[in-house]
Amino acid sequence: MAENKVPVLETKKLGINFGGLKAVSDFNIQIYEGELRGLIGPNGAGKTTVFNMLTGVYEPTEGTVLLNGVPLNGKKTHQFVAAGIARTFQNIRLFGQMSVIENVKVAFTKDVKYNLLDASLRTKKFWKAEREMTDKAMELLSIFGLEDAADLPASSLPYGRQRKLEIARALATDMKVLLLDEPAAGMNPTETAELLECINTIRNRFGIAILLIEHDMSLVMNVCERIKVIDYGITIADGLPEEIASNPRVIAAYLGE
Amino acid sequence: MKNNKTARGYLVNTLVIAAAFILFQMLTGIFGGEGDFKLVLVPSLWQCCYLILLAASLNLVLGFLGQLSLGHCGFMAIGAYTAALISLACERAGVFTDKAGLVYILIIFGCIIAAGLLAAVTGLLVGIPALRLKGDYLAIITLGFGMIIVNVINNLPFCGQDGLSQGSAAASLYKTGLGFGSKAKVTYLWIALVVTIVCLTLMFMFVRSKYGRAIRAIKDDEIAASASGINVSSYKVLTFTYSAFFAGVAGALYACANSSLSTSSFAFTNAGILNSTFVVVMVVLGGMGSLTGSIVAAVIMFFVNYQIANGSWVAALPPLINGIFKYPMLVYAVVLVIVIIFRPRGIFGTYEFSLVRLPEDIKKARARRAAAKAERKEAASHG
Ligand SMILES: Nc1ncnc2c1ncn2[C@@H]1O[C@H](COP(=O)(O)OP(=O)(O)OP(=O)(O)O)[C@@H](O)[C@H]1O
Ligand SMILES: [Mg+2]
Repeated sequence: MAENKVPVLETKKLGINFGGLKAVSDFNIQIYEGELRGLIGPNGAGKTTVFNMLTGVYEPTEGTVLLNGVPLNGKKTHQFVAAGIARTFQNIRLFGQMSVIENVKVAFTKDVKYNLLDASLRTKKFWKAEREMTDKAMELLSIFGLEDAADLPASSLPYGRQRKLEIARALATDMKVLLLDEPAAGMNPTETAELLECINTIRNRFGIAILLIEHDMSLVMNVCERIKVIDYGITIADGLPEEIASNPRVIAAYLGE
Repeated sequence: MKNNKTARGYLVNTLVIAAAFILFQMLTGIFGGEGDFKLVLVPSLWQCCYLILLAASLNLVLGFLGQLSLGHCGFMAIGAYTAALISLACERAGVFTDKAGLVYILIIFGCIIAAGLLAAVTGLLVGIPALRLKGDYLAIITLGFGMIIVNVINNLPFCGQDGLSQGSAAASLYKTGLGFGSKAKVTYLWIALVVTIVCLTLMFMFVRSKYGRAIRAIKDDEIAASASGINVSSYKVLTFTYSAFFAGVAGALYACANSSLSTSSFAFTNAGILNSTFVVVMVVLGGMGSLTGSIVAAVIMFFVNYQIANGSWVAALPPLINGIFKYPMLVYAVVLVIVIIFRPRGIFGTYEFSLVRLPEDIKKARARRAAAKAERKEAASHG
């Protein structure tokens, strides 16, 4: 049934070379609205590189990224975001010197309508937009239980909460596809469980598509509907969690022949 | 509740500024605009005004956006020459004959705005290619642009190698245009104060809006900023242009406060108070990312500069120490080194002074100090 619809995010023969190294090649994926996909693979397999191509950080040497069927070739990162792809980073990248709520507000910037004149004269439009932004930001923060930390500097948060804030910031860009790069890395089991809950809340509430990179197998197997496995930049498996768990190539790649 | 507080803040600031303004006008009345008041205080205030604008505007680029630009005085030069030349043209065209009246005041304001706009346009043209670079490369290219601007002005036939000061005809004409003598400086001081306050307000409004948030985000992490939907290069160019605008306005004030203009006063090699490194020193001293810090630092550096040039105690020093004061840049360097050692983030850091929040902030600072003290005590007792 879903096959009749246009996928939210689709890649066609996506590939990239760094000098002589083929980091990723022939990467094809179709993600539909509301879907949660997993992307796994051993260290250095090329997962983050895929994300970088999906967000315009790296320009692919071949292939296309399509969002709702529209190709995004040659676009810059902020244009990918405007089109509806948001991400988090493997190594947390927050605006450390800014407060927690400001971190979220930054992501609203592209959708805020007031201009320099409004800001200079502090017009009604300005105040209204700022108030709405604060309200929306607090709402997002409350999903992640961060509302009490709203005015603290982002860098003062403990690791687990920083990860959550990064997800909140990504959600604030009003995206259609969310890319999460190892959100559970460095989290303890309680934090991971909380994160899982958050991801489920997000899905139910926003109905977006999520692509998740994760090393924590139990997390991936638990939440993802389908999983894609890459190794040395090549797709070695794509299927349901049970299929992946019993796939000999995957097991070989993870155990290292 | 927060909104009420903001409104109260605006009200308090407006009242305080108005009160200070009225007080100052009264002082002018009492002193009759004569003596030291006319010869020292008023020219100092003029100088402080354009230094404050210069430092605050560079802080937008250096402190908030996090990009090192070494060509700021180039934009100031453009502003100064624009204002001077327009006033000169108006005078030649007979728009005004004596330096008084509503028309003259309108022309001054027109000159100031035109100065800002032309500097901003130049800032835009320089910024688009230059801001593709980062760090040291950006510093070098902006330094180069600053020098190019000064050289271009030098070689424009109507500005002249010797500036507007020499070739007696030009000098006298410029004087009848915008260049104020000490008396006119007293009369029109309010213009400098109003322009400075308005410009500072505009900068505060810029910083405390989506624009300020976006550029601080860019400073913290460019990749994360673009991944949050910020168009990094356009915000960079916008900030650079906006900053150049205020540098141009500062230049126009400079043109008012002096009866002669020469490009050498804006050149990078200028040992005086107006070169782009000096402006960087002011920004770092005040705190990168604090506009109020820039204001304080500009006044401090003005004072240091004034003492070096005019302080009688400097002349009284033994020659060995006295020697260093012949090289003001050395003194500024020492000031900078001292600041970096004791307050690496500048006097204010990113803190903004606020009248409304002052009691709160003092309480917080006390609490912090007490906590630090208690901690030290505890550490000592354990040790
Ligand atoms: N900018 C780059 N220049 C050169 N090589 C790169 C670049 N970025 C990534 N690579 C290489 O591409 C390969 C894939 O890296 P990538 O970071 O995508 O792996 P990963 O699957 O995310 O691994 P991990 O699980 O450790 O995060 C690695 O061999 C890496 O060295
Ligand atoms: Mg990775």
